[in-house]
Amino acid sequence: MSIFRNVVFIAAISGLLAGVVLAALQTYATDPLIFKAETYENAGGGHEHAAAAPAAGTEATTPAAGTEAAAPAAAPAEEEAEAWAPADGAERFAYSALANIVSGIAFALILVAVSEFAGGIANWRQGVFWGFAGFAVFTLAPGLGLPPELPAMPAADLVSRQIWWSSTVVATAVGLALIAFRQSLPLAILGVALIVAPHIVGAPQPESHDSPIPADLHHSFVVAVTITNLVFWIVLGAAVGMVRNRFMGATPALQGRLA
Amino acid sequence: MNTVSALGTDVSSQSRSMQLALAALLGLFVVGFLGFSHMDVVHNAAHDYRHSMAFPCH
Repeated sequence: MSIFRNVVFIAAISGLLAGVVLAALQTYATDPLIFKAETYENAGGGHEHAAAAPAAGTEATTPAAGTEAAAPAAAPAEEEAEAWAPADGAERFAYSALANIVSGIAFALILVAVSEFAGGIANWRQGVFWGFAGFAVFTLAPGLGLPPELPAMPAADLVSRQIWWSSTVVATAVGLALIAFRQSLPLAILGVALIVAPHIVGAPQPESHDSPIPADLHHSFVVAVTITNLVFWIVLGAAVGMVRNRFMGATPALQGRLA
Repeated sequence: MNTVSALGTDVSSQSRSMQLALAALLGLFVVGFLGFSHMDVVHNAAHDYRHSMAFPCH
């Protein structure tokens, strides 16, 4: 299991670095936009689901003004009863940072393992290109059909979006691999077709795009998410390229050639 | 000699592929858990992360 152990070491070191960078970037670039969107969620769209039930029964009995005042007050209490959530501030930041670092290592595991099948990332410059590939697969392709969402934005059914997201990631990854590693025109055409196919099928869309979130806030968020993810993947790829030789260098060179 | 070494390389390259596939699966599992789990606690803890990574959320 020495190869598995080496892959885990490389992924842990480079994923930790990229995850810390990602956490810092998100804290400054995306999190403030999420918090801003939540003020719209609480003010405008937040009582949507909470108000639906009282509105039907109370119209006849109590004045509307009374229920509107009561609904926002009741909604947070109900949400707290549903499930634990980190408190705003340091606790919320800590859990986000933890998620960033754990996912940095997990994405690194995928990147290192897949790149080893193709002979391994030899240096940081190759790593940058592998990072671009990871960005294209995990951010760009799914983001075309399902742009990054802010809280309170309308969206289609969660499960169908998750299925489309995963299928798009797999199709784009296989498509890119066919183009990059098989020197065959028909397979390259098949690769392009695989990359295009999910967008012809189309991502699940909400019934209405009416959103309480201002369009410019959403636009800033899409840009911030795309750029932070680009930096994350480039840092991750470059770090893997720099770290890898220290671990895989010890294994016989022959093994690296077999892939 | 040839057959023996060919067999040897086959086995080690098979084991190598297995180990690499295992590492990739472990990574996919963790990403899937963080980004896709429907458990409320996981969703709430990783909420800002999910939005910032453009995972389908809510």
